[in-house]
Amino acid sequence: MSVDTRKVIKNGYRVTRTRGKTALRIRVPGGHLETRFLALIDRIASQYGDGTAHITTRQGFELPGIDFERIPEINKLIRPLIESLGLSVEVGDSGYPAAGTRNICACIGNRVCTFGNDDTTGLAREIERMVYPNNLHFKIAVTGCPNDCIKAVMNDFGIICTVEPLYDPSRCISCGACVDNCAKAVTGALSMKDFSVVRNPDICIGCGECIRKCPTGAMRRSSSKSYRLVVMGRTGRKNPRIAQTFLKWADKEAILAVIRNAYGYVERHIDRTLDKEHVGYIVDRTGYQVFREEVLKDVTLSNRAIVAQHIQWGGYRYTSDAGFR
Amino acid sequence: MGYQLSREQFDSFLARLQEEYRVFGPAVDVDGGALADTDRITYKEVRCLGDLELNRKSYFSPKEIFYPVRETLFRFCQGDTTEPQIDGKKTAIFLRPCDINGIDRLDAIFLKNGPLEDFYYKRRRDKVRFFLIECTTGFDSCFCVSMNANRTELFDVALRFGDEILADVKSPEFEPYFAGLAQKPFEVRFIEKNSKEVRLPGVADITPDLFEHELWKEYSARCIACGRCNTSCITCSCFTMQDVSLGAENQMGERRRIWAGCHVNGFADIAGGHGYRQQKGDRMRFKTMHKIYDYYLRFGKHQCVGCGRCDDVCPQYISFAGCINKVSDVAAER
Repeated sequence: MSVDTRKVIKNGYRVTRTRGKTALRIRVPGGHLETRFLALIDRIASQYGDGTAHITTRQGFELPGIDFERIPEINKLIRPLIESLGLSVEVGDSGYPAAGTRNICACIGNRVCTFGNDDTTGLAREIERMVYPNNLHFKIAVTGCPNDCIKAVMNDFGIICTVEPLYDPSRCISCGACVDNCAKAVTGALSMKDFSVVRNPDICIGCGECIRKCPTGAMRRSSSKSYRLVVMGRTGRKNPRIAQTFLKWADKEAILAVIRNAYGYVERHIDRTLDKEHVGYIVDRTGYQVFREEVLKDVTLSNRAIVAQHIQWGGYRYTSDAGFR
Repeated sequence: MGYQLSREQFDSFLARLQEEYRVFGPAVDVDGGALADTDRITYKEVRCLGDLELNRKSYFSPKEIFYPVRETLFRFCQGDTTEPQIDGKKTAIFLRPCDINGIDRLDAIFLKNGPLEDFYYKRRRDKVRFFLIECTTGFDSCFCVSMNANRTELFDVALRFGDEILADVKSPEFEPYFAGLAQKPFEVRFIEKNSKEVRLPGVADITPDLFEHELWKEYSARCIACGRCNTSCITCSCFTMQDVSLGAENQMGERRRIWAGCHVNGFADIAGGHGYRQQKGDRMRFKTMHKIYDYYLRFGKHQCVGCGRCDDVCPQYISFAGCINKVSDVAAER
């Protein structure tokens, strides 16, 4: 049997432990799927696979037990699902056009969740259309609030939807609900002075909990949306680590422009001797300042946005298991 | 006198009204909800018919227009005190019968509860004129009919909104605004049946043992003491005081009064670190008895007007209407 494995992998299929069998990886950007596609997934799994579907760590489906020879048939079948992504490229009957840039994940966001500061699914789909198809290995996730249920901090680019609370003292009854909650469950950014709330903008994380807790609407949402962009989180065999904050209080256009620029940055600095190289290792090599300068090129930041001057990623190094020595 | 106005005529009426009145009505506060990308219907100044939101109930009641959430009563500097001036314009409010009845309940507390009238309340309240929004269908959570608060005569002008607007101008103060418009007899109608009905307990059936009944325990477990039921209520009138020093050595400062709510922590705290009604169920009982029992004994009508806002806004889905029915069931059993 002859299979061009590099080609099938880029087509959204994987080499599996069972020789001759592949598995189809279905992208679900934003983790939200019209249920009409479940019938299609069922059909492919039952007819070509082993009748099961794995729900992947990146919110897709993986259908195992498929013969490599059936890939062209499956690619025809899956066309409507791929077309539903609204990509900028014609896909036709050839299946997924790339695989390196992973499915854009999102928590359920404010379509359902009361904590959500934005429509994470909508934003994830917008990012999907912007960056995909692309074979560079990027992991991007969108989370609706700093609870970070999607684990945006474990991604190369994690977008945390935030909100700037606006305080109207004339509506405040000094009940302290916002202050107490912020102290107990958030960062303690709020305090009460002369019966009015004072916010420390340096440690406010924009979760919006003070707004939800307020019984009078004294705390309200700013009309413009804002985002925290955390970068270069990862798992992996060398140095797993959570992402660090790159931008605070940025607008959506700035966040998207940074991610677009990051693709150019990777193209310029990637180690081509490797099959693939994660963007985080490239930043380790070039240093943060080079990354920062290149991804911010021609990006217009709003007055409110703040960029990290320095970033020290910590994380864990398997080579320094001090506790075991 | 009854009049018929086109929508355009109504807008020019509003424009003229604004020369002498600040005009408030239920309006959409875009993105004003506590949750992202949600609107909130609230009482705001309205400029034209299109500003009025007539199909959804407001989250907060209109009481904040003349009974501010936070009000500076006076400022002091050494021996001198000054009271802040209030806007000289009169106030016109578009509102439904339940809210007019609610304001009647507030009036009783601030103006007829003891020998003194509340000066700060009165000076704003005297400026208020009521433009009744005819309400014949209500909303899902309304129970004004059960509370006998579905009808009112206390309006200056009553309005029926449709393709044309019909007006019953009762107050001579507003006749000049309608002079020259098409006359048409119009008598406002009132809702006769809500989808939600509440059974009130007989006043004689409320006995001290009911205060210790276990029905309140449910609310201790469910209520989170956020106070939304109080802040959204048209009839909650409680306030507390704040003295704030504005300068060095406490030579200057101001005294404010701010809304307080019986469900909010600290409401019943007293000197020495003590506090009544530590349990939320006790607060629910206290509120319930005020709304449907002791206010009635004092003023001859129930305080609650069945606007249902407390049910709309409770994050824990506690239904005050449901609570009243539970109290009735328990009272009737014994």
